[in-house]
Amino acid sequence: MTSYRDAIRTALQTLLREDPRVFFMGEDVGRYGGPYAVSKGLLEEFGEDRVRDTPLCESTFVGAGIGAAIGGMRPIVEVMTVNFSLLALDQVVNNAAVMRHMSGGQFEVPIAVRMATGGGKQIAAQHSHSLENWYAHVPGIKVLAPATVQDAHDMLLAAVEDPDPVFIFEHQMLYGIEGPLDTESTPPSPWKAAIRRAGKDLSLIAYGGSVHKALTAADELEKEGLSAEVVDLRSLRPLDRETIIGSVSRTHRAVVIDEAWKTGSLASEVSAILAEEAFYELDAPVARVCTIEVPIPYAKHLEEAAIPQVDRIVEAARRSVVGG
Amino acid sequence: MAEFVMPSLGADMSAGVLAKWRVALGDRVAKGDIIAEVETDKGLIEVEVFEAGVVESFLVQEGEKVPVGTVLAEIQTAPASAPAPVSAPVSAPGSIISAGASDLVLDGPLASPAVRRRAHELDVSLPSVRGTGEHGRITLDDLVGVGQRARSAPGARVRISPYARRVAMERGIDISRLSGSGPGGAIQASDVLSVTAHPASAAVSPAERMQRAIAAAMTRANDEIPHYYVEQSIDMANAIAWLRETNASVSVSERLVSGVLVLRAVALALRKHKSLNATWQGPEPVPSAEIHVGLAVSLRGGGLVAPALRNTDQGSLGELMVRMTDLVGRARAGTLRSSEMTSATITLTSLGERGVESVTPIIFPPQVAIVGCGATVERPWVVEGKVVPRPIMRVTLGADHRVSNGHQGSRFLTALDRLLQEPEKL
Amino acid sequence: MTLDISRDHVLDLLRDMIRIRRLEEKSAELYAKQKIRGFLHLYIGEEAVGVGAMHALREDDNIVATYREHGQALVRGIPAGEIMAEMYGKSNGCSGGRGGSMHLFSAERRFYGGHAIVGGGLPIAVGLALADKMQGESRVTACFFGDGATDEGEFHESLNLAALWKLPVLFLCENNEYAMGTALHRHVSDQNIADNPPAYGVPADSVNGMDVVAVERAVHNEAELVRETGKPRFLELKTYRFRAHSMYDAELYRSKEEVEEHKKDDPIESLQRRALSDGLITEADIEQIEEDAAQEIADAVEFAEQGDWEPVEEIRRHTYARDLS
Repeated sequence: MTSYRDAIRTALQTLLREDPRVFFMGEDVGRYGGPYAVSKGLLEEFGEDRVRDTPLCESTFVGAGIGAAIGGMRPIVEVMTVNFSLLALDQVVNNAAVMRHMSGGQFEVPIAVRMATGGGKQIAAQHSHSLENWYAHVPGIKVLAPATVQDAHDMLLAAVEDPDPVFIFEHQMLYGIEGPLDTESTPPSPWKAAIRRAGKDLSLIAYGGSVHKALTAADELEKEGLSAEVVDLRSLRPLDRETIIGSVSRTHRAVVIDEAWKTGSLASEVSAILAEEAFYELDAPVARVCTIEVPIPYAKHLEEAAIPQVDRIVEAARRSVVGG
Repeated sequence: MAEFVMPSLGADMSAGVLAKWRVALGDRVAKGDIIAEVETDKGLIEVEVFEAGVVESFLVQEGEKVPVGTVLAEIQTAPASAPAPVSAPVSAPGSIISAGASDLVLDGPLASPAVRRRAHELDVSLPSVRGTGEHGRITLDDLVGVGQRARSAPGARVRISPYARRVAMERGIDISRLSGSGPGGAIQASDVLSVTAHPASAAVSPAERMQRAIAAAMTRANDEIPHYYVEQSIDMANAIAWLRETNASVSVSERLVSGVLVLRAVALALRKHKSLNATWQGPEPVPSAEIHVGLAVSLRGGGLVAPALRNTDQGSLGELMVRMTDLVGRARAGTLRSSEMTSATITLTSLGERGVESVTPIIFPPQVAIVGCGATVERPWVVEGKVVPRPIMRVTLGADHRVSNGHQGSRFLTALDRLLQEPEKL
Repeated sequence: MTLDISRDHVLDLLRDMIRIRRLEEKSAELYAKQKIRGFLHLYIGEEAVGVGAMHALREDDNIVATYREHGQALVRGIPAGEIMAEMYGKSNGCSGGRGGSMHLFSAERRFYGGHAIVGGGLPIAVGLALADKMQGESRVTACFFGDGATDEGEFHESLNLAALWKLPVLFLCENNEYAMGTALHRHVSDQNIADNPPAYGVPADSVNGMDVVAVERAVHNEAELVRETGKPRFLELKTYRFRAHSMYDAELYRSKEEVEEHKKDDPIESLQRRALSDGLITEADIEQIEEDAAQEIADAVEFAEQGDWEPVEEIRRHTYARDLS
């Protein structure tokens, strides 16, 4: 059994050891060992050239990562959290995403960017965002959300190998979870969703930090005689429409769980896909369980109330099945 | 190899349910044998096979609903004789030319399958649409306006989930009759799946269905057929006197009623007036060589059928009486044969028992004439210059002006009159 | 002051400046005729900067430029036809018609665009230099930007990072005294732009950007220092644009007199004057250059006119390495 953070570190080590083009940079990734202890020991093992502590200049160090990728390296850039990544959005949207296109295919940006995301630790409004949907909105980049220890490891390897810019969102509540890690077998494609639990009465569709809540909700629902299928989206751009539609075609009901605010969310995107492509399979309206439309509060009970929890998922599932 | 098809058992039947096979594979059948029972709006009807041979295969399962004309079974006919041509049921103008077993509504508004499909897509209920096509047929254009109106009047819709709607369509279940257990009374798949394959019998009474069918048929006949009417008041004194005399010398069960006299007289009168003994087949009226007078029989519960007494002009009156009694009995019991339902070449409707003096009847398509009789009533009559009481029966002929005219109709009625003056010759 | 260079070299410098001038004039004409759409930013008046710099830098050096990059692109070696076709939006343009006037790219000539976000190219330049350093390359990454870019956070971040990590970036600030419509004194607190970089540990200098010979010399010196030390340097080139910021600009922010005054320092005319007076060139030389330039531009227009439009069915190309759908 390995922890999520250790699984990422293992992947970083593998990459730094095996590919001289790979280097890793971000704030406090070196001396500090990483704000989430992901990169502990890496500076000692690989040196300052390959593991770089950056100044606090998100825009320029992400942009430099982009430039270095264009220049033939395979940079892994860590932005401490999605909250700080907003400073770098211009480089992401106006450079990383469009370089291949603007140059008519002459240049590509094989950069991998990792960032922590989500709330739930009472770190308040500026530090608790879930903005995966902002990234998943943009053509030209790819977006992954590992929910398991195995995915945390495999997705980073896939991201670095990919010739396109890949953004990996690690929910901050997951760094300490434990799970099996297999570094031998060929991993499955990161661009496909996974059925974490098969069911027949409804589909709970989630990603990242919400997947485990969905699984817990499925256990609850089982006691009430409801069989819930849990779909882990894994890839947020591109979305695996086939698996999503396949699941709802079997269960005929969908509840989408997303820690972002409902408006313009990925949950909305999944709902639209179901309405467009699985309309005749739906036996109930698609339900979205999202964070309440407020900045994330500091007080524990308020934060808990705002962010989707197991009870809200169960409630939405019940309503979708029983109706009336 | 001959095909046994789902027959049209009425001008407005578009599909039927094969309720039960009455033979097994390998059985030898003769022409006229009852081979199956078919459930229609008018009830369960025994259907006969028109070929002789061995039952080779069943192509439709018991309980399956199929359109008229669908091959139900194959009959291996005797190799020596050439297989008789299958007489496909002829649809009269104005009947629903429908094919889709997925039609949600058997009878009701005139609309092609394409129109029905579009109405389903627009979530529009056909009975609510005014058809501007021929004979009130609903066209695609008619749906355009309704679709738009329906969208702004959400209250008019059936609340049903897309999945449930799809299941209902696949199973031929009429969603307008379902109640839903979903939010706001929305119909969910479970509501549809719990309905049997014959929702019509569960949701609608047979009498109601028949009523609707009759209404539809009569509406069409009224709209389509240019009727003309001629009436004759017939002195029934001779007929009644003869009946009294004849009946006095036979047992009760052999007694004749005046209705059978009228029946025979109509049949004999038709021999010389073929223009009134024809049926529409496609665009042409085809005179029939045989005379099968359909007898309008009212059923308990408000239904109406008009099965044919085949070859009404033949046999003795006694035989005709027996056959008539049997026919009426079976009509009321719902065990008519398919040939009786389809072969009438003219209809006689007698409402004398009800006490009305005359009837102005509407022709049953695809026939071209109908005879209506009122009650025989004592009236002041002029005979050889003197006013005397006589039993007078008013007979009205309603006929299709495209096939005959008042001149021919009048001659028929006068012939009928003359025949009834000499009952001993009937 | 006499020119301290050979006749051939003068002709090269003059030729390139005139080529740029004629290309830009033709572009303006074609824009008015709606052959070129979107935004068009002309280099007229600033030719000395592009020409001097590109002659000073090596073929192997990286170039990152702004949306006012036709001059640099042409002198770098991207054919005029490909530049024109790109502005037309044709598939034979240097960016396949996907970029337009503001996004000229050429991988084989190490021309990394063509950037439309003010200051957005600086981090890219830093990254390219970082990659070169990590791969043991000794090339210089020259990054062009305007005075407006020095306001952006990325300017300061880039100087800091390049100095901190010792990256071979040559920061070239084309100061044409206006950030779009805002005069220098209204957008920078210290108008001596060259004062800033040393605060980050980046040596800085300034040069008259209207004098192509001075520009070439200065850029050459700086580039060699970057190459030798592997550390970043900054050069301000003081220049002026004679035309509006872009085609759709009423120039309400400056007077016609001011423009006319600056036209006296027209880089082409001043080089011509000096070269003629030094006897290095003749009128006939100039005529020949003009004739050749006219032909080159005419051919370029023809090339663009003949080019194909990329089929719409190909629209998803170049979004990802492989089409995801």
